[in-house]
Amino acid sequence: MNIIIVGCGSVGRTLAEKLNNDGNDVTVIDMSAEKVRRTTERCDIMGIVGNGATHTVQREAGIEDADLFIAVTNSDELNLLCCLLAKKEGSCQTIARLKNPEYSKDAPYLKDELGLAMVINPEYAAAEEIARLIRFPSALKIEPFAKGRVELIKFRLPVGNEIVGVSVKEVAIKYRLEGLICTIERGEEAYIANGDFIFEEKDIVSIVATPKNANDFFSKINYKGHSIKNALIVGGGVLTHYLCEILEKSSVSLKIIEKDIKACEELCAQWHKVDVIHGDPSDRELLKEEGITQAGAFVALADHDEENILLSVFAKGEGCQKLVTKVNRIDYDSVINQLDLDASVCPRAITSDIILRFVRSMQNAVGSNMETLYNIIQDQVEASEFIVKDNSPVTGVPLYQLKLKSDLLVAAITRGNEVIVPRGQDVILPGDAVIIVSKHSLRDIADVLK
Amino acid sequence: MNYGIIRRTIGWILLFEAIFFLVPAITATVYWEREFFSILISMGICAIVGGLLVIGKPKSDAVYAKEGFVIVALSWIVLSLFGALPFVISGAMPSYIDALFETVSGFTTTGASVLSGEQVEALPKCLLMWRSFTHWVGGMGVLVFILAFLPLCGGGQNINLLRAESPGPTVSKLVPKMRSTAGILYLIYTVLTLLQFVLLVFDMPAFDALNTAFATAGTGGFTVKADGFAGYSPYAQVVVTVFMILFSINFASFFFIVRGKFKEAFNTEVRVFLTIVVVAITLVSVNLCLAPTPDLSTGEAIRHSAFSVASIISTTGFSTVDFNTWPSFSKTILVMTMFVGACAGSTGGGIKVSRFVILFKGMSHETKRMLHPKQVKKILVDNRVVEEETVRGIHSYLIAYAVVFVLSLLVVSLDGYDLTTNFTAIAATINNIGPGLEAVGPAGNFGFFSWWTKLVLVFDMLAGRLEIFPMLLLLLPATWRK
Repeated sequence: MNIIIVGCGSVGRTLAEKLNNDGNDVTVIDMSAEKVRRTTERCDIMGIVGNGATHTVQREAGIEDADLFIAVTNSDELNLLCCLLAKKEGSCQTIARLKNPEYSKDAPYLKDELGLAMVINPEYAAAEEIARLIRFPSALKIEPFAKGRVELIKFRLPVGNEIVGVSVKEVAIKYRLEGLICTIERGEEAYIANGDFIFEEKDIVSIVATPKNANDFFSKINYKGHSIKNALIVGGGVLTHYLCEILEKSSVSLKIIEKDIKACEELCAQWHKVDVIHGDPSDRELLKEEGITQAGAFVALADHDEENILLSVFAKGEGCQKLVTKVNRIDYDSVINQLDLDASVCPRAITSDIILRFVRSMQNAVGSNMETLYNIIQDQVEASEFIVKDNSPVTGVPLYQLKLKSDLLVAAITRGNEVIVPRGQDVILPGDAVIIVSKHSLRDIADVLK
Repeated sequence: MNYGIIRRTIGWILLFEAIFFLVPAITATVYWEREFFSILISMGICAIVGGLLVIGKPKSDAVYAKEGFVIVALSWIVLSLFGALPFVISGAMPSYIDALFETVSGFTTTGASVLSGEQVEALPKCLLMWRSFTHWVGGMGVLVFILAFLPLCGGGQNINLLRAESPGPTVSKLVPKMRSTAGILYLIYTVLTLLQFVLLVFDMPAFDALNTAFATAGTGGFTVKADGFAGYSPYAQVVVTVFMILFSINFASFFFIVRGKFKEAFNTEVRVFLTIVVVAITLVSVNLCLAPTPDLSTGEAIRHSAFSVASIISTTGFSTVDFNTWPSFSKTILVMTMFVGACAGSTGGGIKVSRFVILFKGMSHETKRMLHPKQVKKILVDNRVVEEETVRGIHSYLIAYAVVFVLSLLVVSLDGYDLTTNFTAIAATINNIGPGLEAVGPAGNFGFFSWWTKLVLVFDMLAGRLEIFPMLLLLLPATWRK
């Protein structure tokens, strides 16, 4: 694919490098000649110095032949303008990064009106990731589908759990699971779950369910460490606001420590259920007083990486179970891994990951109706989301009558705001978003049939 | 310094040279010449040495600007050292220095020969073909050719090779992928060469047409005839005039024309270049018409002056007449165009039009600054600010060029020939043209110089083709320090 990226910051550079490695033809645009030079020397791409929001520069970058246009400069307005122009000129898909919370509230509107393929807010994406980690701390991996209404959750079955030795079918009936057990990894081998499959200790199991149903299921099977009751958050910036918004309706109680009294007042005014403490988070006594030792999770969201890392190391020493550290710098993740700080969250890395995932599914979706694609078990099992068209052969027939391929599951159907866990008598209708988990590489929803 | 990748790249260069030897080998088979075996031996030597160098993966494939320059300079030297083998092995040129001079002259697309016209005609056809083919390979660049097939080093660092090998103050890719860029350049190059061959083959033997097409495409200048281009028909001369000018235009322009972007294709450099060509042709033809000798009709005067101007400014070096006998004014104009040279990103040599454009704009700004010392000015070319770094690069290029020129002149003068001969010999080699004036004029050759002068000229040809700095870096001890 021909891809144009405006902005050679850390996100732009990471994207350029990874997309180039995927075999795409990448052109980067930036105002700074130095940045363009550094980026083009790192990988085999073309660089253009100039303002990406001008028609001349876009033409020079080959906008007529571009398939995808990504604007990740520091300025939201510039990103929007770039995409707007690119959309007018070429027949390309456009992706814009929007940081400002005021714009991100309008994101769906902007997306529709400006014809953007995707609007990404790095801080919000990071907040979603943190919320997922807090809601289900023992998950190995959580992937959202259907705009977060359904999640695919992977977890390791502990020794002596009550479902060990029980078959998939019995588990579903006994615990009235409102979701679907999808895959089981045992050693090197990956299996697509069928009714007679029997769980063993240390299996890595993945289920597809709504976040709420998944939590119910985990408490029913007495899966240890299933929920965090309270979290201590350091720093009251934009990310904290998003986190409050996402976790508002959950059962997790939040406590925020923030230095700036104005920021504290803003937080109080907006989020009634949250405890806001005004004080210096680097004060050890204050942290102890506010119960760092009893906190279910410690989330460091201060401005500086150094402060976050330091505080997390301290929290770890105090015996806090779940640590989440926000790191802004993208290049030093190996250093942070060495510190063994549980989970670290980097908004920029998340941004580039999400865009990358979009591009990869776009590549897979050339001529098909695929929405998202996840490699859920490395190179063995894929989960893909399809939008079903009117004339598709899978519509209007109950699932048990469809001749599906083996090693394939219809994991969830989302119809409007409703999520259906498919049973045999359910029917796929046009317009549904269907999630398929399979060992086959699918290009179209019709490929599920034999 | 990453010695591993340098060794490996040189190895690839030799393997590719072994493949290049197929062209004269096939020619020798067609004409049933016994020099076939000397070519086969040269091919074998290249293949064995190259094969040994390629074995073993280097620890890292990092090529930074420094490695880029060294790889390019060494590649060209090695290419020439081994390229000279068939001349010596076959006995056609007993002196290795002469053979090296001829080969460097070929690869650097200079076209200066140590052989007299009669000696050229006496060469076997396969060696004549090898001489012309070195022009074609050297014109667009060997590493560019290899890059179209092999990813020599990792990531975006291939650009450092392209930068070091391609002429011009700034070098950029045409499309994001290095390999596709190299492929597109060679595609344009091949199509234009074939087109010229087809236009010529009606008018001359196929062997002559192919040699001429190769020599014109690389803006080289070797011919297969004793009298250069004088013996061919006016039609052939006109075709060659047009193609010499085409090959001295930036190849990016052809790419833009194919894509329908005419505004980008006819950028400032191309417009200035074409203007210089037209003005020079007009001045020379008027001068020739008015001068008592040589006695030419108006049509002939225009044709010969157009051919000579195109030949010199494109740095090809073909000749239809001995312009050494022309009036002084015409000769001066020809010497001036020697230094101007072709466009950046073409196969031609010289200082390049784009450098002059930037230099003259800079000069006019500095002059205006004398009147308004506080005035802020930026050099704009095609409505684009020229980076300060580029301007500085051009200044230091020009100084290095002058230093190499003057030092060469000093060494060459030890031979005791007249100043015009020495001056134009260096101008003709460092600008990759071929013929100069007086003793090295179109009717003469470079064979009479002493061996050290020939080596100095070999250095000048390589320095001119690679734009001075890669060759100078080789001489710098700091380059080799760990």
